[in-house]
Amino acid sequence: MKLIICAGPATTGKTAVLRHLIRKLQARGQKPAFLKIDVQYAEEDEQFAREFGIPTRKVYSGELCPDHCNVMVLGDALQWASSANCDVLMVETAGLCLRCSPYVDGGLGLVVLEATSGMNLPLKVGPMLSLADVAVVTKIDRISQAEREVFRARIQDVAPGVRIREVNALHGIGIDPLVARVDAQADVNGPLLLRGNPPVGTCTICVGKKEIGWQSHFGVVRALENQTFYRGE
Amino acid sequence: MIQHVTVVGGHGRSGEPDGVERVEFAMGDVVAIVGPTGSGKTTLINDIELFADANTPTGRRVLFDGVPAPMEFRDDPARNPIALITQNTTFLSDLPVAEFLETHARIRCVETQQRASVVARTLAFANELTGEPISEASRMTELSGGQTRALLIADATVVCDAPIVLLDEVENAGIHRTRALQLLRRQRKIFLFVTHDPRITLLADYRIVMQGGRIRQVLRTDETERGLASAVNRLDDVLARLRDRIREGGRITAAEMEGVA
Repeated sequence: MKLIICAGPATTGKTAVLRHLIRKLQARGQKPAFLKIDVQYAEEDEQFAREFGIPTRKVYSGELCPDHCNVMVLGDALQWASSANCDVLMVETAGLCLRCSPYVDGGLGLVVLEATSGMNLPLKVGPMLSLADVAVVTKIDRISQAEREVFRARIQDVAPGVRIREVNALHGIGIDPLVARVDAQADVNGPLLLRGNPPVGTCTICVGKKEIGWQSHFGVVRALENQTFYRGE
Repeated sequence: MIQHVTVVGGHGRSGEPDGVERVEFAMGDVVAIVGPTGSGKTTLINDIELFADANTPTGRRVLFDGVPAPMEFRDDPARNPIALITQNTTFLSDLPVAEFLETHARIRCVETQQRASVVARTLAFANELTGEPISEASRMTELSGGQTRALLIADATVVCDAPIVLLDEVENAGIHRTRALQLLRRQRKIFLFVTHDPRITLLADYRIVMQGGRIRQVLRTDETERGLASAVNRLDDVLARLRDRIREGGRITAAEMEGVA
């Protein structure tokens, strides 16, 4: 099972990018599954199920931050995708506080940023950008080439190791290099670890316990199948 | 150094194929792209700038010296052979002009010690094209449409110094367009102008006529047209004088109309 985790601020075009990616992966005979993690509203799961006939789910994180929710449910979600005979799990998550990042070692981390969002955005989104594998820059048709290249420079200044892919997600332009990147991605294996250190706090994830799956955590947790519950003494 | 660029025909919006199998641009060519609004002129230059490889809505392919664009054209702006000046004349970035140009020069791999002079030359070039001068400290978002266009033309020429320059409607921006074309034509590059302007069109070696999203035909500028170019220029000069008079708050008199009325 390949794992793709796609993060990015609201309305940057995460869903549009994934839509093109799913279409192209399906055309190559791959079987994607899709999980959307959002705070209080999402309908991408229904859209994708209708458009592509693939297994989809959504989780409302509610009181939890979406990145914490992702840590809790991702282990279950991989099993769900596997039992649905899929070979790629795509997770779209709305990162919220910009202090965590949802990427997992062994998975492909995509951050979607819009070219129209201002030159300081790369400095503001923290590990959501710096710990990603690929920064996908959308809405490139809205700005001049010079401005696009300066935006690229600003990303490189913050995250020199992150590959930058400029796309026009409206017309699906620039998606092919992403498909090639997914092709080259290895399957996830064994116990999964969160890539970054969550900020200091008092919950088991915040204090640095990076194991994926609610079974490894205490306090207020949740599984894919139910609402939050208390686990511990 | 790239010697020629080829556009392999695709199709228009209704699926009807381009009227030519391919168009080839050789180094030094000046080409106009003409056609009614909505006919696909901007889409054609976007195809070129995106290094289309049958993966844009037109299905066109763009070849550089006969082969598709290598990945480094996309990955490294310093290797990108194309400078594109679009019709977007609003900047969204909130940087001061000097910092914007400095950052662009850096990613286009201008040596550190030359950057200050590149920024200064870019501003000087831009200020030859605008009425109201641009200062280093202006913020990009404060520039007028004409100032932005002038700065982008200067940026494409001085900072990018790319062998292929694509210009979308240079005449629409309230800049000295004949001056811009004179300055640009001093350089040996492939120039593609999207234009509605007869003077600019007759400067071109040939023009691509667009219709319904497809390339209808390619017309070489013929002897008759070349012979009429100076008359077209005189007519255009008269119009330019009228524009200047009106901008300066003057009145139109018979003196400005000399030679036409």
